[in-house]
Amino acid sequence: MEVTEVFEKVKHLFIEDLGIDASKVTMEAKLEADLEIDSLGIVEVVMAFEDEFEIEIDDEELANISTVGEAVHLLHSKI
Amino acid sequence: MKTALITGGSKGIGKAISIALSKNFHVVIGYVNSKELAISTVNEIKNSGRSASEVNIDISKKDSIDNAFTMIENSYSQVDILVNNGGITADNIMPRMKVEQWENVINTNLSGSFYTSQRAAKNMIKNKWGRIIFISSVVGLSGNQGQSNYAASKAGLIGLSKSISKELGSRNITSNVIAPGYIDTDMTSFLNDEKKEIIIEQLSIKRIGKPEDIANLVAFLCQDESEYITGQVIPVDGGLTT
Repeated sequence: MEVTEVFEKVKHLFIEDLGIDASKVTMEAKLEADLEIDSLGIVEVVMAFEDEFEIEIDDEELANISTVGEAVHLLHSKI
Repeated sequence: MKTALITGGSKGIGKAISIALSKNFHVVIGYVNSKELAISTVNEIKNSGRSASEVNIDISKKDSIDNAFTMIENSYSQVDILVNNGGITADNIMPRMKVEQWENVINTNLSGSFYTSQRAAKNMIKNKWGRIIFISSVVGLSGNQGQSNYAASKAGLIGLSKSISKELGSRNITSNVIAPGYIDTDMTSFLNDEKKEIIIEQLSIKRIGKPEDIANLVAFLCQDESEYITGQVIPVDGGLTT
């Protein structure tokens, strides 16, 4: 799967499940500062991905994620 | 219609909760060994024109919890309301308590309720609505001779529930503990009339509790209107702990 495809899936989740304004979701956007996603929101996205792609993401890997782009690259590396 | 899972829902307090919640929800009665009792409670609910089903769920085993949830999700919908009612006792005075007595009670009552809540929370977070209710005991507040394991497990539920209420409150998920006092069930059937009289003397309301006394509060907490009540411990004990 291409990075852009993962980005589109992440974007879709953010818009549908977390109710975030589509125009705000860019690769550079900061999860907490720009998108106002709380830690539970990040967990929600991660759990959705773990279920969809049957992957497992370590909590330590998650701790380093602060932008949409970083999340997309982490997910891309797992799929 | 929302779905409520009641662990240990086939008898005693759990049965009363199942019947009370069936007025507004589809109820899934969780059982371990009492399959026949569970089916008879399901039929009782269905005969009154309401909706119920049963599922085997042994909360002392994580696999059994996962299987039960998968089954419920495949046949009905996700669990919106979880009543952690299932529990066991293995009484002994602390100096004589066996490793198995300690571990079985903690594994079932505390760890079992944790894993069940963890599994249920997943969909509740997604749906941005949920009710988690733990049936603890006044013993978890006051301690009890011969029940150090049971009291510790029931006290543990309080810290668990309060933490859940803080973690998941932003998703309209509430978590509360009900602490029943002396309720007339199999678990208190060892009390003879003389002992019952001694207990009743300590109470403000001069009778042993009924399972319905607990069930009424569970039903109340499950309402949409109760969404501002979370992280609380509510004794229902006729005034025992006052």
